[in-house]
Amino acid sequence: MRRGTKALVVIFVVSLAAVAAAYAGTTSPKGSASAERAAVMEAHRGGTMKLIAKTAGGTLDPQVNYTLQYWNLYMGTYDGLLAFTKAGGNASFIVVPDIAEKMPTISNGGKTWTFKIRKGVKFSNGKEVTTQDVVASLQRIFKVKSPTSGGFYAGIIGADACLKKAATCTLKGGVSSNPSARTVTINLKAPDPEFKYKLAVPHASIVPADSPAKDAGTKPVPGTGAYYFSSYNPNKQLVMKRNPYFKEWSHAAQPDGYPDQITMTFGLTAEAQVTAVENGQYDWMFDFPPSDRLSEIGTKYTDQVKLNLLTAFWYLPMNTNIPPFNNLKARQAVNYAIDRNAAIKIFGGPKLATPSCQVLPPGFPGHKDYCPYTKRPGAKWSAPDLAKAKKLVQESGTAGQAVSVYSADDEVQKDMAVYVQSVLNQIGYKAKVKPISGNIFFTYVQNTKHKVQINVQQWYQDYPAASDFLYILFGCETFHPGSDSSINIAGFCDKKINDQMKKALKLGNTNPKAADALWTKVDRMVTDASPMATLFTPRHLDFVSKRVGNFTFSKQYYWIIDQSWVQ
Amino acid sequence: MGEALAGGLSAPPEPETAGASPWALAWRRFRRNKVGVAMLIVLVLIVLSSLVAPLYANHVAHTEPFRSNIDGTTIVNGKVVPVMQDSSTGLGLGVTPIGPTWDPHHYLLGADNQGRDVAARLLYGGRNSLLIGLAAAILTCTLGTIIGLAAGFFGGTVDGVLSRLLDVVWAFPVFLLAICLSTVLATSSYSIGPVRIESGSLVLPIVIIGIVYVPYVGRSVRGEVLSLREREFVEAAIGMGSSSWRLLRSDIFPNVVTTVIVLFPIMIALAIVTEAALSFLSIGVQPPDASWGTIILDGQSLLYTRPTVALAPGIAIVLTVLALNVLGDAVRDALDPRAKHKAAR
Repeated sequence: MRRGTKALVVIFVVSLAAVAAAYAGTTSPKGSASAERAAVMEAHRGGTMKLIAKTAGGTLDPQVNYTLQYWNLYMGTYDGLLAFTKAGGNASFIVVPDIAEKMPTISNGGKTWTFKIRKGVKFSNGKEVTTQDVVASLQRIFKVKSPTSGGFYAGIIGADACLKKAATCTLKGGVSSNPSARTVTINLKAPDPEFKYKLAVPHASIVPADSPAKDAGTKPVPGTGAYYFSSYNPNKQLVMKRNPYFKEWSHAAQPDGYPDQITMTFGLTAEAQVTAVENGQYDWMFDFPPSDRLSEIGTKYTDQVKLNLLTAFWYLPMNTNIPPFNNLKARQAVNYAIDRNAAIKIFGGPKLATPSCQVLPPGFPGHKDYCPYTKRPGAKWSAPDLAKAKKLVQESGTAGQAVSVYSADDEVQKDMAVYVQSVLNQIGYKAKVKPISGNIFFTYVQNTKHKVQINVQQWYQDYPAASDFLYILFGCETFHPGSDSSINIAGFCDKKINDQMKKALKLGNTNPKAADALWTKVDRMVTDASPMATLFTPRHLDFVSKRVGNFTFSKQYYWIIDQSWVQ
Repeated sequence: MGEALAGGLSAPPEPETAGASPWALAWRRFRRNKVGVAMLIVLVLIVLSSLVAPLYANHVAHTEPFRSNIDGTTIVNGKVVPVMQDSSTGLGLGVTPIGPTWDPHHYLLGADNQGRDVAARLLYGGRNSLLIGLAAAILTCTLGTIIGLAAGFFGGTVDGVLSRLLDVVWAFPVFLLAICLSTVLATSSYSIGPVRIESGSLVLPIVIIGIVYVPYVGRSVRGEVLSLREREFVEAAIGMGSSSWRLLRSDIFPNVVTTVIVLFPIMIALAIVTEAALSFLSIGVQPPDASWGTIILDGQSLLYTRPTVALAPGIAIVLTVLALNVLGDAVRDALDPRAKHKAAR
């Protein structure tokens, strides 16, 4: 072939390729999106995302830690068999296959879940994920006494023995594997439509089979995510670097991240954190900005403030087993008396929360607006009804009784308790405030031995199911007298309501729509029985530096840190 | 009365003092100390203004200083305005309490984060802070004097036991000890025989603060007693067959009482500062009761927007403690003029 002809051929081939590429671009949105993302990735990949928090979040072990602070970071460092989609808005509630190749095959009437393990996924130590790692990770949930081992995973066959003797946990009959077929099978005692969510939270992360059979503490456990923890000093800093063995296998489950490195530094007060982010020394603050800086950041730094409604609620659990709140009228009186607007003002103002009377938050499966405890009962809260509250207290015969309002000792919660105390005094009680150190507050108020009458509490969803609010917080089975782990803080147990909850849970296996309708009914029944006074649905406020781009808020895990860029 | 006052003066008596009692002489000397008198006046004003707190709250400000008033309103320049004001700029984040209006009828010093009148709470807080300071200082001085007298006078095993006891308390940093005791005791109720101390009672901070400062007084008194025991008038009284009780009551105690009197205002000042610190750490006076320490704590979250909330009680503490310290010096100079000469040399 002559030189001239060769050049013509080259031009022809290149032109053909260009036309083909253009054609592909117009006809395949997936390809276009991927090309677009590659271009964006090329433009913004790199740099260090600098985060700041007042204190460290405790152990770094993904199967033990139960804090939002680190669950936020686990999104980019660990994977489960399944994962919540790393996307903004309601899409983040969708569960997708992660370490599993596809969604499980469910058989045996919903009791047997079979997963095929993806090929080629590697831990940050270079080893490939095997079925043995998956089985060991599920056993490790019990060996490390994960805080949800007795809740989320107690339905696996063999879990009872593991809960009794953690060290020798095998989940015999519950979890098995077939290495040649690359499958793992999980057998449940009963069908559980929410099990997919439970497998997608960090406690079910897949870690190497040789990981320590105890809480790893400050020593990072290798993961499969786009990043790995390279160092952790709880008094100083946590550093995340790119996992050198990571190759994106599912953009929805574990997308590649933009920054090369993510650091979380500890030690600055919330006040100093605001100033540091304003000055661009840090890119994001973990702690909630102090109330006296809210106006400033909401005025001068509007582009850097991100507000998102949460699937959560602030509430006052009332102990239904001891006076005065073992009396329905006394509990209802508190509900009528609380001025939700005042509570919202303490929290930071009407832009940061919405008044509420019920358990399920807006936008949640089963939620339908309902508020019987207001001046004009109906769908929404309008104003407190002090006269009615005082009348109910008199009718209940509990007037003049002493009530202690417990709260964690941080600024907002203590102020909330002082406000509640003031309201209780107004309607006829002799109330006191008892602030407790935030480190022990949550377990302290759960234990019936401490006879906590009423306290300031919040609940943020673990996964998007109505049961995570109604059954977990007000189910008979979640009330454990004398235990520090009795999340039904009100000690509420109404057999009729509990039966309805169980019916709704079962219905979720076959008819999710009917289940949601039943949860709506249960929400109303619980609200009427008044084991708590709901205050409001909070919004989440993120304050980021000027250079942070592509802020994406997942309703499940909040800000997806590694999907934002800093350059 | 005491040799330290009467017999101890080496300077020739002033003509106008002839025939006057030692206390009258001390009062005359005190009145000549203009700074001391000025500080006494400041202190009296602070005490008086705290005492009239209910009058101010009920008849001037017409406010409930212990009740949240988050959705309340007040009048500024003839207009009705909310006490807690929502931000109206930018994203509308945050709620700011009303600032000082300088109108005694309507939030003179502004509101705190519960919408309560800071001026009224400052006065009520002063009552608690001064009461705790005074009561704790009385407890400290009483216990310190008894222990110091017993240890110094009886010596031997009694001295050994009591002195080691004081050493143990002394060995702990005062604030650490107070914080530990408060953390354990402040949030629970206690029954001692028929007496029940409720959590949040002012008795607890009084007792805790009173106890942690006992070594300050006890060791000073013990040292004074050890020195007095060697003096001729004590030996003479022993020689005349005075009983131990009589010796303590008539010869030793009158001579150490001046030391205790000089220490007393300083102990009040220390107790007020300690109470403020404990309340600031949420382990002193419990909400909704107020003390200067709790108001500073309330103001901590408002330092950027409403610094008056923290500044006002801070200034009250500084003024009170300064007045008490200067007063302590003036009392010492009045009771023991030699100390001033010694200090001058």
